[in-house]
Amino acid sequence: MFDTALTLSDLGFLAKGAAMTLAVTGVSVAAGTVLGVVFGVIRAQVGPYWAMPQTFILDIFRSVPLLIQLVLANSFQAIIGFGWGPFTTSCVVLSLYTAAYCTEIVRSGIDAVPATTRRAARSLGLTWWQDMRHIVAPLATRVALPSWIGLSLGVMKDSALVLWLGLTELLKASQILVTRLQEPLFILLICGAIYFIISFPIARLGGYLERRWSPND
Amino acid sequence: MLNYTFHWNQALKALPQMLEGALVTLQIAGLSMAIGLACAIALTLFRLSENRLLRGIAAVWVETARNTPALFQIYMAHFGLGSFGIHLSPFTALLAGIAFNNAGYLAENFRGALKAIPETQTRAARSLGMTPFQAFRLIVVPQMLRIAFLPITNQMVWAILMTSLGVTVGMNMDLAGVTQELNARSFRTFEFFGIAAVIFYLLTKSVTLAARAIAWRMFRY
Repeated sequence: MFDTALTLSDLGFLAKGAAMTLAVTGVSVAAGTVLGVVFGVIRAQVGPYWAMPQTFILDIFRSVPLLIQLVLANSFQAIIGFGWGPFTTSCVVLSLYTAAYCTEIVRSGIDAVPATTRRAARSLGLTWWQDMRHIVAPLATRVALPSWIGLSLGVMKDSALVLWLGLTELLKASQILVTRLQEPLFILLICGAIYFIISFPIARLGGYLERRWSPND
Repeated sequence: MLNYTFHWNQALKALPQMLEGALVTLQIAGLSMAIGLACAIALTLFRLSENRLLRGIAAVWVETARNTPALFQIYMAHFGLGSFGIHLSPFTALLAGIAFNNAGYLAENFRGALKAIPETQTRAARSLGMTPFQAFRLIVVPQMLRIAFLPITNQMVWAILMTSLGVTVGMNMDLAGVTQELNARSFRTFEFFGIAAVIFYLLTKSVTLAARAIAWRMFRY
């Protein structure tokens, strides 16, 4: 009745692809978050006017398709002569892409901390750094974490595009199997299921945190 | 210093072709938004219905659209549907994939918007003699679209960005597809894709600005 040429080692191949997806996502989200926090603090600190150049540049990463960013970055690193592999290029582009979104999240988190609270902290003698670390960080994290989870999942899904640079991540792995086994629907369903299994529980966690931590209850 | 000479002239000569591609991109984005909005409203209705099957369909659609990559959805439309003997052209597959994705995200936005519309309004409409569907169509949907206006325009920007995924299924009429075709002929990757990036930037910015202007016209009281 149901017959497939898919073997266990093919599933291993898919798992390897999934591992690549997670690796690219992990590196990019980590680096992008660090950059995003730095940019977000700068943005919240200097105000919208002086942060305009930064906002403009980061906005480019959100207004140009990721696929085109990847192609551009790849050819650019070749022109400059960096000699980066597809993995490095993908991670660099995705990190900047993450940073662009993360900056906005961090900024809105910091803005959500009441100015009076921060003034109170400063008038108690806390330094700027202490205020940031002990007052702003805990309060802002509560506001920003659900969006940050959403962003990480978005990056995980968008990381499928790195197949264009020749990186064998989950979607590319399933495409290779489709080409070989000619069972597109079945293999793509498995691939989709893997994405779903990774994404869905974390998305639910984000939704739960958002409800749990929303300021009005 | 660089071992590479830029040939911007060659790329600029192809600008009319690329602008034509940009038009196709806008068409796909606009069409996918129209289909997506219609489907999203239907999904919202499904979610509100008593029927478990309809609620299940809506849940599966929304969760699949939101938890798998857009590229996967386009692949599914292009390669996956072939197993049922449905062979979509790259254009249709791209359109179907983006519309599916739009519908999922928009339905989720509508869910949020729906919470902001008091239940009493539906009841008032019903007691005025409207059928449930009339109440939904005339009272709920207009307010829902208004509250969700900003997310809708965001989704439009996303739709424009997502059209670039068409290249991966062999689409060659939209901006990314035209660019890729030109690139394959000349290998001036950086120049062509640089110009494409600028066009995409201008497209998304004009959509954002237009949306802001419309919102300003429509939503001042």
